[in-house]
Amino acid sequence: MNKEKALIAYVTRMGDNAIIMAQRLSEWVGHGPELEEEMAMGNFALDYVGQSRMYFSYAGELEGKGRSEDDICFLRDGWDYGNVLLLEQPNGDYGETIARLVLFETFYSLQLGALVTSPAKKLAEIAARAIKESTYHLRHAGHWLIRLGDGTDESHRRVQDAIDRLWTYTGELFEADQVDQIMQSDWEAPDLTDLRGHWHRQIDELLAKATLQKPDDGWMDSGGKNGHHSEHLGYILAEMQSLQRTYPGANW
Amino acid sequence: MPRNKLQKTQREEIMSKQGWPLYEVFIRARAGLSHRHVGSIHAADKTMALDHARDLYTRRNEGISIWVVKSADIIASDPIDSDALFGPAADKIYRHPTFYKIPDDVENI
Amino acid sequence: MYTQGLDQKQKKSVADPGDSPERLAAFQARIDADEKIEPKDWMPSAYRKTLIRQMSQHAHSEIVGMLPEGNWISRAPTLRRKAILLAKVQDEAGHGLYIYGGTETLGVSRDDLVADLLSGKAKYSSIFNYPTVTWADVGAIGWLVDGAAIMNQIPLCRCSYGPYSRAMIRVCKEESFHQRQGYEIMLELCRGTDEQKRMAQDALNRWWWPSLMMFGPSDKTSEHSAQSMAWKIKRFSNDELRQKYVDATVPQADYLGLRMPDEKLVFDEKTGHYEFGEIDWQEFFEVLKGNGKCNRERLEARNRAHDEGRWVREAARAYAEKQAAKDAA
Repeated sequence: MNKEKALIAYVTRMGDNAIIMAQRLSEWVGHGPELEEEMAMGNFALDYVGQSRMYFSYAGELEGKGRSEDDICFLRDGWDYGNVLLLEQPNGDYGETIARLVLFETFYSLQLGALVTSPAKKLAEIAARAIKESTYHLRHAGHWLIRLGDGTDESHRRVQDAIDRLWTYTGELFEADQVDQIMQSDWEAPDLTDLRGHWHRQIDELLAKATLQKPDDGWMDSGGKNGHHSEHLGYILAEMQSLQRTYPGANW
Repeated sequence: MPRNKLQKTQREEIMSKQGWPLYEVFIRARAGLSHRHVGSIHAADKTMALDHARDLYTRRNEGISIWVVKSADIIASDPIDSDALFGPAADKIYRHPTFYKIPDDVENI
Repeated sequence: MYTQGLDQKQKKSVADPGDSPERLAAFQARIDADEKIEPKDWMPSAYRKTLIRQMSQHAHSEIVGMLPEGNWISRAPTLRRKAILLAKVQDEAGHGLYIYGGTETLGVSRDDLVADLLSGKAKYSSIFNYPTVTWADVGAIGWLVDGAAIMNQIPLCRCSYGPYSRAMIRVCKEESFHQRQGYEIMLELCRGTDEQKRMAQDALNRWWWPSLMMFGPSDKTSEHSAQSMAWKIKRFSNDELRQKYVDATVPQADYLGLRMPDEKLVFDEKTGHYEFGEIDWQEFFEVLKGNGKCNRERLEARNRAHDEGRWVREAARAYAEKQAAKDAA
């Protein structure tokens, strides 16, 4: 794999993460625990839709085959989607959604923080924009994790369960494959082993504030980055792509 | 929905215990302007109040700074006292520059 | 604003001198002079009650109104459309919040208002009890439903009650893109394939009459109109606004090349207005009563969100109390 191919794959994966997260977060709009929180989830989902558009357009540009952001988003099947498994898991209750946000955004902010200096100019620009959004998401979700962890017995139990359940998907975030290695050596993308250390320190601190236990690193599920997904992704794509698939070539 | 109707009293009871306090929101639109009252939000604590104010009132680039204050902490004048409070200022016309007649040919005054 | 602080004061001033003829006359004189009424001002209890009813129904409508369009966020056909729709539906939550906030200045709590919505006691706009079955419905809602809402809401920017008027100014400013994005969807469909055109016409067929019903019963049968007009809570009658809406919308349908589902629709050269067929008021009252296609789903969705969110709200409160206790210690 040459460095150009690796960059395309990497950018597409970031777009996939963003759009799958957007699909999940937007499920809360109209159904949240309080109206103000629906606003927050709506804002986050919008941020992610916006990011996915930037990543997909850039990937299409790099590829040079004339594929638009929508072609990349709506006309690929699951095996070509490279989002991490963590993001396609169902929302669960609000605690689980918050837990996922915290686990992912902590990773993502670190990733973006490293990418802002990448020689892949456009990627660096997108990262500079996205990191502002991610920082706010993390602030909001982090406070919520503390509230729920240190709130009532029920909320503590629920959010601890959520962290335990999602933990098995956190290993994949730091698994470096060929794409990551080339990105690191040629495009100054972060070293995932390094990043893992930072991630653990931040998560430890937050879990402690939330009076939550950190689960043991047991067996870790993975495969999403290479298109090996759980059953959930198929449903997300079936729903998201339905109009494009039913009416091929139509303009909307 | 009969089920909901039956539960209503109970629901209301629970809700009054659950509700989050009301906060007033003030936004500074840009440097050089003062904060201006824009509305209210509910939140359980001050950090959440700031987040909610941000998510509701600055979706369209409306601000660069936010104040929130618990509505209960605002001390407001009462319209019943309006005459006593604001009436006396009404006839102090000598406090306004237009009260003074200065000939037009006097400059810079 | 100001609710907690003025709660007791209001109760006193309402209960004490009562709505004496002198006070009512003085109040009406303020309204007639186009003065705004602010939360702590004395107001007739009927004025307060009417406003609470109207404003809370308005807010409920915004909130329930998120659901039919929210259906399509996950299925929006392009990323651009997804972003627009998401922003629009989220705006509706925001508008609900602005108006609830305005209502709370009248001495009621949002929690109580929401409880009335969830129990089925309070009403919301009949339009949101119709299903969104195709993507064209998202276009039709933006074009027709938001179009009708704007007709209603622009006069409310001049409503005599300050907080309502301010909330409406904010809402109208934000909502101006809602109708345009809807019409743009319709345009795209009408320029598209035969299937897309069919989708657009089908959506118009289903949404046209319900959108006319949004203006409420005919003036001949409407109960609260006269008093609300005198109080400048309402500026135009239901029928006046409906006519304005028809006049504005029919040419837009023509531009799209769509046919209004009304055999009697005809332009009257003399009056300069469109004449239109009889509205099925039976259907309107049935939907209002709870017998629309989606009444049950809509309320169930909001109840479920509320019930499943209870532990979250409680936890946040418990945490805040713990922190407050720590700060005090």
